[in-house]
Amino acid sequence: MATVADTAVALAPSWRPAPAALVPAPLIALVAILGTAWWWLPKVGLYPYLGVEIAIWMVYAMGYNLLLGHSGLPSFGHGAFFGIGAYGFGLAQKHLVANLWLDLGAGVLAAALAGAIVAAFISHRRGIYYALLTIAFGQVAWFVAIKWHSVLGGEDGLLNLKRLPADLGVATFDLKSNEALLAFVLVALVLVTLFCWRVTHSRYGRALACIRQNEVRARFLGYRVWRCKASIFVISAAIAGLAGALFAMAQQSAYPNVMSLHQSGLVVMMVLVGGGLVSFWGPIVGAAFFILARDLLGAYTETWLFWYGLVFMAVVLFKPEGLAGIGRDAAARWRARRARTA
Amino acid sequence: MALFEARGLHKRFGDRVVLESVDLAFEAGTLTGIMGPNGAGKTTCFHCLTGFHRADRGRIVFDGEDIGALPPHEIVARGVARSFQSINLFDADTVLDNVVIALPEVRKRAGNAWGDLARDSGAQDRAAAVLARVGLAGRERAKAKDLAYGERRALEIALALASGPRILFLDEPTSGLGPDGTARLAELVAELKRTLTLVVIEHDMRFLFGLADTIAVIHWGQVIAGGTPRELRDNPWVARSALAEEPC
Repeated sequence: MATVADTAVALAPSWRPAPAALVPAPLIALVAILGTAWWWLPKVGLYPYLGVEIAIWMVYAMGYNLLLGHSGLPSFGHGAFFGIGAYGFGLAQKHLVANLWLDLGAGVLAAALAGAIVAAFISHRRGIYYALLTIAFGQVAWFVAIKWHSVLGGEDGLLNLKRLPADLGVATFDLKSNEALLAFVLVALVLVTLFCWRVTHSRYGRALACIRQNEVRARFLGYRVWRCKASIFVISAAIAGLAGALFAMAQQSAYPNVMSLHQSGLVVMMVLVGGGLVSFWGPIVGAAFFILARDLLGAYTETWLFWYGLVFMAVVLFKPEGLAGIGRDAAARWRARRARTA
Repeated sequence: MALFEARGLHKRFGDRVVLESVDLAFEAGTLTGIMGPNGAGKTTCFHCLTGFHRADRGRIVFDGEDIGALPPHEIVARGVARSFQSINLFDADTVLDNVVIALPEVRKRAGNAWGDLARDSGAQDRAAAVLARVGLAGRERAKAKDLAYGERRALEIALALASGPRILFLDEPTSGLGPDGTARLAELVAELKRTLTLVVIEHDMRFLFGLADTIAVIHWGQVIAGGTPRELRDNPWVARSALAEEPC
């Protein structure tokens, strides 16, 4: 039987939504900035490893924002997956095989599996109950990491992990230097960003955005809300695991501190201050802002987190759209002024 | 056999019995009105029929299949759609995007995490057709939150229509509308009636008596009367409860 939705009216081209760019312009700018960081960071008094750390946190924040900003699912224990990725990388390297790709894969897979288990328990919840359950699971993972001394090394964690070479078959790249590792992490960041870009503009991404806005309506349009919420949690956990594995490689160790509630809160602050709730690029801005604030403010005062906390409060109170929102408003004002003078 | 039937529905919340032995049958191609005073159990009945609540007892049969234990997404996939008493839209999205996401072809491929939905011109054209049908042509690019109240009501119906239903449940569609809006909605519902089976909860008796083929009256969680609008006008139960005063 034909339904109403079977008929069609040709919509004028100008009324159609604009398709997403295959490669977004801000990503090209990001590659240009981070790709040359090994050169300009020392010139401004910073160090190449800072670029590595910023890029890793950007990977983590991009994956996290799929959950918080895009899907409206507040996970406050996401550090668990970052840590599980780090431990997965370390354990695979120490006990299975010292191969970069397999060890990174182990970190991602471990985090995704842990994410799947957590998602199975929490995806039928919403709001505060969802958030509290993520904290509870995060604390469980953190506690296990500290107490399972024989396998995970207790509070010290896994030490002396190697920065393994990237073997591409036709060529092998040594990643021992920070400059080489920065290039490698930048490639990972580009791939993760493109993946997140595609996801957010896909049917799946649109379904998630609708669930964020109105879960009941989405359910009564026939969407399997539980499945959507669970799957994006697993994807986000897997990306956090990749970031954790890269972090273990950068730090040459995996330790439980990154799984603490405090550390889990950092990625939330990055995303919110950056403007992840309103902009795809918010997590990139937020991660860079946080790490730079830590290093630049930290050079002057030990209480840098106090000042950063004040910034966070100011953003939440006065500009919940974050830094990306401030930039967006400034660009809109500039365009309006140009239009008036033209 | 009716397209959609409910037999012996019971629903209670704690100690409060909200529905008791409710029997309803909706014939294909008809418009059935459900009326009754506030708190009578009409919306709870809708919630049970569409999977929002699960009835404690009773059977719900759609096209020969018992759907009483199915989750909402399974019920929608079989061709049952609904609107809500309080408007439920994706407010941050454009009118067109609201309807595109409701289309079955988009829903069925909701696992596709790669293809750009904005490049699906076929879905946009079908969404535009739905919008034209509810009188929202030309409003495709407006944000749902920026629509006037009557337009939001129309969009709510458009979302339900876009999901490709065979039976459409409308929960108080004239709620909050003025006389002009109600008149436009009556035209739309009359037009939908030609192709769909409709079930409408409504307080506006003029609206309901003008459009319905049959009406069921729910009071105290039970169906206390049923029949054609003409039969109901003469029903002493309905007359006594002043439910049918306005159109008589």
